[in-house]
Amino acid sequence: MFDLDKWQEIIATIKKNKLRTVLTGFSVAWGIFMLIILLGSGKGLENGFENQFSGSAKNSLWIWSGRTSVAHEGMNPGRQIRFNNDDYQNLKDNIAEREYISGRFNIWWGNQITYDNETHSFGIRNVHPEYEYIENLTIKQGRYINDLDLKNTRKVVVISALISDILFKNNNNDEKVIGNYILVNGIPFKVVGIFDDPSQNENNNRLVYIPITTAQMVFSGGNRLHQLSMTIEADNIDEAREVENKIRSRLASTHKFDIDDRRAVGIYNNFENYMQMQSIFYGIRMFVWIIGIGTIVAGIVGVSNIMIIVVKERTREIGVRKALGATPFSVVSLILFESVVITTFAGYIGLVLGVGLLELISGIEATFFANPSADFGIAVSATILLILAGTIAGFVPARRAAKIKPIEALRDE
Amino acid sequence: MISLKNIHKSYAMGFNVLHVIKGIDLEIKEGELVSIMGSSGSGKSTLLNILGILDNYDKGEYRLDGRLMAGLTETKAALLRNDYIGFVFQSFNLISFKNAMENVALPLYYKRIGRKKRNRIAMEYLERVGLADWAEHMPNELSGGQKQRVAIARALIAKPKIILADEPTGALDSSTSLEVMKILKDINNEGITVIIVTHEADISIMTKRIIRLKDGIIEKDFKPEMQNELAEVSA
Repeated sequence: MFDLDKWQEIIATIKKNKLRTVLTGFSVAWGIFMLIILLGSGKGLENGFENQFSGSAKNSLWIWSGRTSVAHEGMNPGRQIRFNNDDYQNLKDNIAEREYISGRFNIWWGNQITYDNETHSFGIRNVHPEYEYIENLTIKQGRYINDLDLKNTRKVVVISALISDILFKNNNNDEKVIGNYILVNGIPFKVVGIFDDPSQNENNNRLVYIPITTAQMVFSGGNRLHQLSMTIEADNIDEAREVENKIRSRLASTHKFDIDDRRAVGIYNNFENYMQMQSIFYGIRMFVWIIGIGTIVAGIVGVSNIMIIVVKERTREIGVRKALGATPFSVVSLILFESVVITTFAGYIGLVLGVGLLELISGIEATFFANPSADFGIAVSATILLILAGTIAGFVPARRAAKIKPIEALRDE
Repeated sequence: MISLKNIHKSYAMGFNVLHVIKGIDLEIKEGELVSIMGSSGSGKSTLLNILGILDNYDKGEYRLDGRLMAGLTETKAALLRNDYIGFVFQSFNLISFKNAMENVALPLYYKRIGRKKRNRIAMEYLERVGLADWAEHMPNELSGGQKQRVAIARALIAKPKIILADEPTGALDSSTSLEVMKILKDINNEGITVIIVTHEADISIMTKRIIRLKDGIIEKDFKPEMQNELAEVSA
């Protein structure tokens, strides 16, 4: 079906009508180009927003305590709610949707981290081992805090790559960072790991992690917790809200505050925000496709129009072919093939230009815009769309060509 | 070879019906050289279209080589044309972007014969019409007579049983016309049935049988008497 003769004929007609073919091809190329650019930019926007979330797991949920604002069971408002290790255990044991959970104990004072002659002020986070997954940390060397650290209240510390570079900048590889001791508020801790936090907030990389039990013991925290955080299993916003309510009601009954008192316990549901963002982006994606397809449709109509003229011009030739024994199928395939070739070729140019431009601007990193890109899936969809478009564009003219009666075509005027 | 029985054909022209062929009975045997004559509007083109399976008829019976030509699909008709009939047109109808050899080879393309083979066969036929040296030339580089010879080679290449020529000399001067007629005569001498539609009397007298149409019926079916003129031409 796609033999040399057909190629020869298509090349011949295209050569005969260069300008017309170029203009037609342009409209298709432009359509695909715009679609790719739009989709790529949409992706860039999406990536930008996603980066805002990448600091912590997308399904994370953060809980902090405050003061009651409503009187409850005879107690006055203004009572400070304090979390402790029991709350951690309570949520860990009773919230079925929980994946990872960690408490957090804060130290408000000092925060002096020292190695050799280098003393700097960095944050100290005292957490459970599963915090690694909630905060989406990457362990670059060594390990994170583990259960044995907690059980034996080991004095170990996990520091960020940034801190490692600052503290150990005079270290000429003679000593390994891992296994070395640094002073945290004057107390020696052994470095067991180096992490990196993908968050865009740099403060998340200006801190060290210490096992929570060790910190509570060393820095006299008793069983006090300042925050709780966890990741949850939820498929949609409603489920996430349901988990949130469960947590709230558990804490309300333990700490005796009104369940509707939002001041007593605050919960930030990352998942809920993430899902909302997702639905916005879903909308944007749809919008982009609609506009892009609209542009392509304009191109298809252009091709179809041109092909109708081509068929009209070639009426006599098609008539001769039919007289010589061309079947309707061979006539239809001739016209369809030409249309598919024009759209595919032009569309491919648009595709390449579009992807090229995206590649060119992919270096751009703004707050809400990162890595605009057309992935493989988009390229495949666009290609299928093109061939489909070519077929549709050629269909009407091809049917018209097949209906040409040799008698009328060959009549001498 | 060709048998027409009471063929009728009419066209709808808006609200009017134009009855073009009003009952034609005709027998043409294998190897005949026939001319169909008639003024414009006599129905000769319509008859040619029916004979060439380019158009269907409303009433009657058309048998080609014993087969009834009725109720054919377009595809079937195309295949039959390809097998049985070679067409020669007044305005040559060569495909402008194909050279002489490719034009001649075209019917074999629709017979699904490979490119190399059909081009080789096309060269043989071009040689027969004396245009082997012009094989690589495009139609617009050929004279009228040459174009018609290419068209005749194209009509012959699929080894048809019948050559249908519609005003084959209509666009040629008289000496070239004679040349073309001589080729058609030679083809006929090889046993191929040749039917020529013309309105020129001096062309029709070169054939062996003249069918004169008038108002959609056969007015006269006779043998021309001035065969000696043709003899002069062929000599």
